[in-house]
Amino acid sequence: MPGVIAGIVIAVIVLIIILIYVANYNGLVGLRNQVKNAWSQIDVQLKRRYDLIPNLVETVKGYAAHERATLEAVINARNMAQSVASAGGGVGERARAEGELTSALSRLMVVVEQYPNLKANQNFLSLQEELTSTENKISFSRQYYNDSVLRYNNKTEMFPSNIIASISGFKRSEFFEVQTAGEREAPKVSFVTPPSSTPPATPPAPPKA
Amino acid sequence: MLIVLMGALLLAIGYVIGLYFFDSALAGLIIALIVWGIMNLVALFQGDSIILSMSGARKIGPQDHPRLYNVVEEMKIASGLEKMPDVYIIDDPALNAFATGRDPNHASLAITSGLLAKLNRDELQGVIGHEIGHVKNRDIRLMLFASILLGSIVILAWYASRILFFSGMAGGGGRRSSSKSGGGGGGIATLIILVLGLALMILAPIIAQIIYFSISRKREYLADASSAVYTRYPEGLASALEKLQTNSTQVKNANKATAPMYISNPFYKKGMAVNDLFATHPPLTDRIRILRSMAGAGYAEYERSYQQVKHSKVVPDSALTTEPSMPMRQASAQAEAGEVQEQIDRTRQTSDLMWKMNNYRTITCENCGTRLRLPPSYDQPSVRCPHCGHVNEV
Repeated sequence: MPGVIAGIVIAVIVLIIILIYVANYNGLVGLRNQVKNAWSQIDVQLKRRYDLIPNLVETVKGYAAHERATLEAVINARNMAQSVASAGGGVGERARAEGELTSALSRLMVVVEQYPNLKANQNFLSLQEELTSTENKISFSRQYYNDSVLRYNNKTEMFPSNIIASISGFKRSEFFEVQTAGEREAPKVSFVTPPSSTPPATPPAPPKA
Repeated sequence: MLIVLMGALLLAIGYVIGLYFFDSALAGLIIALIVWGIMNLVALFQGDSIILSMSGARKIGPQDHPRLYNVVEEMKIASGLEKMPDVYIIDDPALNAFATGRDPNHASLAITSGLLAKLNRDELQGVIGHEIGHVKNRDIRLMLFASILLGSIVILAWYASRILFFSGMAGGGGRRSSSKSGGGGGGIATLIILVLGLALMILAPIIAQIIYFSISRKREYLADASSAVYTRYPEGLASALEKLQTNSTQVKNANKATAPMYISNPFYKKGMAVNDLFATHPPLTDRIRILRSMAGAGYAEYERSYQQVKHSKVVPDSALTTEPSMPMRQASAQAEAGEVQEQIDRTRQTSDLMWKMNNYRTITCENCGTRLRLPPSYDQPSVRCPHCGHVNEV
């Protein structure tokens, strides 16, 4: 009789452990998929930016052809970022290249200030709206990605899910971090303030691993 | 829990109706449930489109108003919503916006052209973030069902009181004469039931309305918190709310004008009250004060700031423990200067859209660049520019 009771107790304990394992495992999978999904969101927006830039540069060229250095810097940064992307660079590597592109773009936008004709161009205005919004979307998708990563990483480190994570091979994810001070906000695409003599762009520091 | 209270109220009315008209409480309960059930089905599949068509909203695409569409998409990304909600514009100078739909994958946002023209990008982001917050927190379904419940109560109470009134006129309640309990002893009991029933029928819609409003209010604060989390910029929503506040007289008038329709037609009321940025909402001053005193942009910061102002809790604990505290971002560059020019552009953009929706065409004069608007009935092959006299091909 005591053997039966002991057996039942053991069975119940085992069942509880299995339930905890399943719940935590599923939770981890859900969060990991959320991180993956958030990353693909960033990817979509970054690609959208690659597509916008040639158009933008063409339009600006028509009005401000002698700003060659700035325009080339943007094109180079874009090509660089795209090649890192297509080479399958890691999160940190890509964050760095994209940070470069963001600051080149914001330099261009400051230069553009000096060309009132360009700013009156309908085509340029709609490009500007697209670019502003794409920059916002990049930073919002990055924000969502980082939140997802934080939640996922917390789960992989907290008890008891950390045990399940290490058994089942859930690894920490990397943050998409661009660490310049002004970088958490949308880039300063200022069209109303008078042209500033010093572009606010500082090259982004190496991303946190 | 408040929903349960409302459900109980509905059943109580059904009970009284059944007891009085059919001598059977069960019949009344069944009627109440059938009415409610039918309305729920309608709401589930048609609710959002009924509400949207009632308010005269029109669906727009990315080309119609790029700024609005982009901002909605930005907030969709920030909130991690899976599907882009449908975007609607209401041609109305009042300042208002609402979200509706049956679940996050079948959601719609609507904004009035007045509000659209009034807000800068940061403020628009705040407002859209608030509405997406309703979508994401699943308030839209809660509100849809709560308003359906309210609608059922109002309908039942209305018909019951009408029938009661007319049968009373017809002389001592014709229906009651056939009842079995109609002896001399049953007279007082009947009277008590009658009085209770009358009181309940008069009060029920009012009580239901109060309950409905208080559900809505809590969710508003929560949506404000969500908006702050998504935008990382509570000031945007705060300053948008401030604009609504200074303009509130206009909206009050609009509401008064439509108020008579409310009483007889609960569907219409539902449309106005679902997630209306005003009617069912907590005082704007409180909401602004809470948003402005936030130390960061996370749920935890909102909760702390809410406690300072209201001395109670608002954010569910589950959100507080999982969400880390978050830093704020700064204003986007657009909001800084040139507000006047920006406002002109915004107003023009919005009015262009409204003209276009009414099938007006816009062409630009080749000579002087003046924009000419052509009514849908215009069928000549060319038009003369009133500004410079140049004849443009249409």
